[in-house]
Amino acid sequence: MEYFIIALGAILVSNIVFAQFLGICPYLGVSSRLSTAVGMAGAVMFVLTLATIVTFLIYTYILLPFEVTFLQTIVYILVISTLVQMVEIILKKVSPALFQALGIFLPLITTNCAILGVAILAVQNEFNLLQSVVFAISHGLGFALAISLFASIREHLDLMDVPKSMRGAPIALIVAGILAMAFMGFAGLV
Amino acid sequence: MKQLQNFTKGIIKENPVYILLLGLCPALGVTTSAINGLGMGLATTFVLLGSNIVVSLIKDLIPAKVRIPSFIVIIASFVTIVQLTMEAYLPDLFAALGLFIPLIVVNCLVLGRAEAFASKNTTMSSIIDALGMGLGFALALVLLGGLREILGTYSLFGFKFIPGDGLLVFVLAPGAFIGMAYLIVLFNYLKKKTT
Repeated sequence: MEYFIIALGAILVSNIVFAQFLGICPYLGVSSRLSTAVGMAGAVMFVLTLATIVTFLIYTYILLPFEVTFLQTIVYILVISTLVQMVEIILKKVSPALFQALGIFLPLITTNCAILGVAILAVQNEFNLLQSVVFAISHGLGFALAISLFASIREHLDLMDVPKSMRGAPIALIVAGILAMAFMGFAGLV
Repeated sequence: MKQLQNFTKGIIKENPVYILLLGLCPALGVTTSAINGLGMGLATTFVLLGSNIVVSLIKDLIPAKVRIPSFIVIIASFVTIVQLTMEAYLPDLFAALGLFIPLIVVNCLVLGRAEAFASKNTTMSSIIDALGMGLGFALALVLLGGLREILGTYSLFGFKFIPGDGLLVFVLAPGAFIGMAYLIVLFNYLKKKTT
């Protein structure tokens, strides 16, 4: 039950994109086609979960015992960049098509605030390892939900007659605003 | 003259948030009021200034292959300085900005300037570039924060000028997205006007 509440809270109530404003860059950048959006969501979910587990272990077994928790930001970002590099190499070997499609956005996962943000939040909420894993996976699912919803809307938006000044980023942000309004309906659920 | 251009380009022509679309997460996340926007803008400017100075000083010592990780470590050090200082002297602002202070480290704007400008230019130009870009970023955040505060609570910098509750939706998440959409339109218009 406890894990269910963590998951529901992370996916719907405090959705990573619509309520916490994390991961906006890939959200706006790779959401013009549903297929690339799903690929990106998969990559983010994988890195997010892996990064949260690794940073949790480092925090509990290295930073806390040696009382150097002020190094958190530096250590976390280094661990995350290394992980992303690894995912990039694996993806290049295993699925060249997906690697081509994600292109420049894969290295950009490093500077995706969603990854670092969730890793820090998991420690701030004083979760144990299993809770952190559930927390990370559900945030990844929340991101996947947000970006695939948004990408499907944007595919239709291409066919619409949008005023010239609103094309591109502005109309995308308005759509995001309306989606955020819909997600506000989940407030108070947990 | 060139230095002046380096300084002013960040304000409208290459505004980091509204034209280059960099650093959107903090711009949307912390701008519930103008004062929060200002605090975040100044914190980011400090990190930008520090990292630009250090990167431009040691750019010849860093091997090209490990350049990005080195930049990230430099940036993360300055972020930690800001984080600890702010927690000690401005605890209220630190609580309001919360998670977004450590997240300055992944702000594409800071890494972007280190890579695109400071690693290729002299220290003096890098300082001016950092100040200009930081000013543009702070201005963008204060504008969005001010807009949301005025519409959402009928006040500005905590000073209430119309009695009443305001349109709460502008303080909440949807207002951030919609307010930013219209500010992007405005800045695109201004950019077209000035060039």
